[in-house]
Amino acid sequence: MPDALPPDRSKTPRQRWMAVLARADADAVQARLGDVPRYTVLRGPEPGLVMVRGRTGGGGAPFNLGEMTATRCTVRTDTGLVGHAYVAGRNERLAELAALADALLQDPVQQPALLRQVIEPLAELQEARRAEIAAKAAATRVQFFAMRNMRA
Amino acid sequence: MSASIDLPGFADPVTEAQATFRAVLDAMARPGTIHRAGQHLAAPAPLDGATAAVLLTLVDHETPLWLDAEAAPARDWLAFHCGAVLVPEPDTACFAVALSLPDLARFSAGSHEAPEVSATVVLQVPALASGTRYRLSGPGLREPEELSVTGLPPWFITQWQQNRTLFPRGLDVILCAGTMLAALPRSVSIEEG
Repeated sequence: MPDALPPDRSKTPRQRWMAVLARADADAVQARLGDVPRYTVLRGPEPGLVMVRGRTGGGGAPFNLGEMTATRCTVRTDTGLVGHAYVAGRNERLAELAALADALLQDPVQQPALLRQVIEPLAELQEARRAEIAAKAAATRVQFFAMRNMRA
Repeated sequence: MSASIDLPGFADPVTEAQATFRAVLDAMARPGTIHRAGQHLAAPAPLDGATAAVLLTLVDHETPLWLDAEAAPARDWLAFHCGAVLVPEPDTACFAVALSLPDLARFSAGSHEAPEVSATVVLQVPALASGTRYRLSGPGLREPEELSVTGLPPWFITQWQQNRTLFPRGLDVILCAGTMLAALPRSVSIEEG
């Protein structure tokens, strides 16, 4: 299920497309990828647990928040491109599709078309959903004017 | 930037790792007996099926791994599938992979307080069950057992005798060839014959 995680803070183009794929819906990725070349699965898709770490206030000492389920997969296309994917939850099909998309996106010839057909529409969808949830949440926001005045 | 990982690991990780673990366990319990491992595994060059299967089963991110120069082409595959930490010096390794007999004195033999932290050497040889005959005796063997190995140098016996004097410290060796494996635990005595 597509979710609404914090805004895109990715650095490289590859980090960006991996982040978009990890939050996408498996059916949507498959529909947009269309016909795919032959590939071998090198590892997985296998679900497991990863430790989520946090920092108090974003800058304190790191602590272990808890474990979450994640599924990882690595594929190799017959042309020799290796793609990886880690997705939250147990969606093995999405992990495999995302790994395949990651492999194909590393081919400089295919990359522009794939970015246009797969990544950009998915990113827009995720952004729209995030904005919708943010708007709903903003409507219920309470401003504690009284408290702010007292402190000032 | 991708490392050269061309081959998958175990097709069925749970079952195959368990079967390989059992083979290593039996081989250690009865030194000199030959067991099978890695029959269904496409091992990366220059490793054989049994060698690769043993490493997939035993090595992970908590066991530093040392490779000799001949085994180095399989580095990326091992790092990816085992999550192994590769160490440049043999004395810090928990596991070592060698295609020709290394100097056993270079590996950690453990301490008297913790003899179990010694290294295990996975030695890939050209063939098992043919070649030079060795007579093994010691714990796990009611009668002396014979094991034939191709490719061990003559100074192996001397090295092994030195390893034996360290007991309870000392190295354990797993010999692999093709899809066969045999183990030489530190407790076993070896004579040529």
